[in-house]
Amino acid sequence: MLRRTILKAGAAMALVTSLASVASAELSGPVNYIIPFGPGGESDISARMQQPFFKEKFGQDLVVSYQPGGGGAVGWASLNGLSGDGQTIMGVNLPHIVIKPAQKDVGFKTEDLNIFHMFHFTPDAIVVTADSPYQTLEDLVADAKANPGQVTISGSGKASANHLAQIKFDKMTGAMTTYVPFKGTGAAVTALLGKQVKAEWGYTTVGAAQGDAVRLLAVAMEERHPLFPDVPTFKELGYDMVGGAYRGIALPNTASEETTKMWSDMISAVNTDEAFRQKMLDAGFALLDVDADGMDAFMAEREAEYLKDAREAGLIK
Amino acid sequence: MNFDHFLTAATPFNLCLALFGVAAGTIVGSIPGLTATMALAVLVPITFSMDPASALILLGAIYTGALYGGAYAAILLNTPGTPSAIATTFDGYPMAKKGDGDLAVALACFASVCGGLIGAFALLLLAPPLSKVALAFGPVEYFWLSVFGLSLIASLSTGNLMKGLAGGAFGMILSTVGVAEISADIRLTFGSQTLISGFGVVGTLIGLYCIPVLIDLVAVPDRHLKVEKDVKSVRIGEAFGLAMRSKFNLVRSSIIGTLVGILPGAGGSVAGLVAYSEVKRGAKPHQKFGEGEPDGIMAVESANNATVGGGFIPTLVLGIPGTPPDAIVLGALLVQGVRTGPTMFQQSGSIVYTFIYGLIIATIMMLPAGLLIGRYAYKSIVTIPKAVLVPAVGFMTIIGTFAIRNSISDVVIMLCLGVFGWVVARFGFAASPIVLGLILGPIAEQGFVQGWTIGAATNNLTGMFFGRPISQGIIAFTLITLVLPVFMGKRRAKATQGVPE
Repeated sequence: MLRRTILKAGAAMALVTSLASVASAELSGPVNYIIPFGPGGESDISARMQQPFFKEKFGQDLVVSYQPGGGGAVGWASLNGLSGDGQTIMGVNLPHIVIKPAQKDVGFKTEDLNIFHMFHFTPDAIVVTADSPYQTLEDLVADAKANPGQVTISGSGKASANHLAQIKFDKMTGAMTTYVPFKGTGAAVTALLGKQVKAEWGYTTVGAAQGDAVRLLAVAMEERHPLFPDVPTFKELGYDMVGGAYRGIALPNTASEETTKMWSDMISAVNTDEAFRQKMLDAGFALLDVDADGMDAFMAEREAEYLKDAREAGLIK
Repeated sequence: MNFDHFLTAATPFNLCLALFGVAAGTIVGSIPGLTATMALAVLVPITFSMDPASALILLGAIYTGALYGGAYAAILLNTPGTPSAIATTFDGYPMAKKGDGDLAVALACFASVCGGLIGAFALLLLAPPLSKVALAFGPVEYFWLSVFGLSLIASLSTGNLMKGLAGGAFGMILSTVGVAEISADIRLTFGSQTLISGFGVVGTLIGLYCIPVLIDLVAVPDRHLKVEKDVKSVRIGEAFGLAMRSKFNLVRSSIIGTLVGILPGAGGSVAGLVAYSEVKRGAKPHQKFGEGEPDGIMAVESANNATVGGGFIPTLVLGIPGTPPDAIVLGALLVQGVRTGPTMFQQSGSIVYTFIYGLIIATIMMLPAGLLIGRYAYKSIVTIPKAVLVPAVGFMTIIGTFAIRNSISDVVIMLCLGVFGWVVARFGFAASPIVLGLILGPIAEQGFVQGWTIGAATNNLTGMFFGRPISQGIIAFTLITLVLPVFMGKRRAKATQGVPE
């Protein structure tokens, strides 16, 4: 009872201050930044990149914690039960948040997530070892056509960005490759480097991390990635493939519009910082600036494409 | 690699960081549920304002301390503080029951320091060539390695093999509940949201090991652990003597730990199990493993601490993290602008070598810090009255399970498994085979599915599973582990028959 009174008083006070000043919401301490995966993946690393810039601009720590389980589903299913006061945020990943709820009831729906910013994506790329016989994308396609199913390609998980890319690419080329799912990008790259498989469906970030040990055959971007000026895009080679895994941040859906706006502005500010952009590009990421205002249109477009691809691939009904 | 880096690592500030890190890590590791991963994740932002080498030394020290701290709860409460300490319970808790808990804690400390040093020196001197081990291990090798680990069930459950196997199978079934790691299928949840996250290893460990101990503590009037009249020290001298006599075991287990640590898919728990399996296979007639054999503790604790240095080898050389804590360190390095990978030892050599020396210094610091904290931990567990001990530990199990991913359903699952574990223990089903199945099941499953996919695609299934040299080696070890006890038992029976009365 007392608690409720205090809350009401607090709400009233907040209303008064919000009327009085323009800055309507603000942070009251360190922010809990939940990554619904384990450490070391692209989601974790990009969150770590944001940490120092956020601290510098807004004076508060982003404290990253991990809540792995169910390929992210455990975290996302719990998100809307958390406090919407703006002190807790959670990373979201595409295509996961579209495909998972479309497959089965996993405790959340795509439209329930209050996503306020999509800040980067890791473009799909086909990666081979430096001493691979595949010099170009055509070499790989030709081999896959001549020996159907014998070209083994590792990737992170099933019904994932990598898997969708493999299915889509096979369809486009008419070639048949064998997809071998691994637990996360790290394991998929280990399998590639150890020559357990002939290629990997990965991201540009793999090329950045492995340097001279690997060669990218093509990247799924509109333009070439500045870090790899010599690697062609799929489009240049005649395949209409642009995409990858997109990452953003969401608030619990109880967050007020002011809080959502504040967060959208703050993450936009980090994302437009030149030094931040450079760091992300150096690590192989591609930046994206979709804020809260543009989210609905962006999500609608991505959702339609993922659902279409997944349906055609037989991953969902 | 020269002496300058050692001097950089040994500044008073870095020494303080190493000491603080080891002490903090030991305490975190000793509490079931609190893991090194969690401690590191929280501390990473603090390290952004430090220079990279100091930051890494702090993170490495916490990691190494936590692996040792996991032994306390394993020895004194029969509950692994971290998954790496599972096999420490096999002989650690029986020792504590006999009144040798103080000795066991000191042994764990010596073994951990030894393992940590061997792992760190392997990282310092042999990192680039050893990183090839990580690449030589394909899906099939992981499959056979986990089968080898599962074969330990046979030697653990002497007398009731069927019950051990049933437990192992049950554990493997538990591991399949929830969203499958690589196929993304949702299995055996029966429509329940609670089960989607599956049975987490740490929560299951706490439930199966700790809750039965707590129930027993309440059910019987005796003291928790038998204790000598006066608890003075942790019997350091005696422990040192035992450790010196087991030099060979310590070195072998440390090497096993280093090698298993290099494998990104394995980790400290598998390293401990493999080392335990090996030391048990070479048991001398007077050694009774499973009933409080010091060599068992030393094998496991040296192996799991050796995975620290081992795990950093693929992390630093290949940019592929060996364990979750390694992944956090890798993330911290990337933010600091350090490029990991093959060229790192040349380009960022000073940071890397300062870090490795820092790790060595932290490991050495673990000796005094670990013995001191160990003595305190032992004293408090032994002397605290049951009426305080049980609620305190019970409280910690709940907080620890909740802390893993802020999930109440994890706590409910943990408590249910605990009661279940206590009940089936009445019927002779031990917790360890279940846990072995839970940990090794997914590694076996993934390796099998991947190996089968690749083998079928290349029309070479037999060659895939049986034709690769490393696989053949592991299969041979597995067969020896399974067949040798039977053979030895027969021979012993014959020998006793032949002896005239």
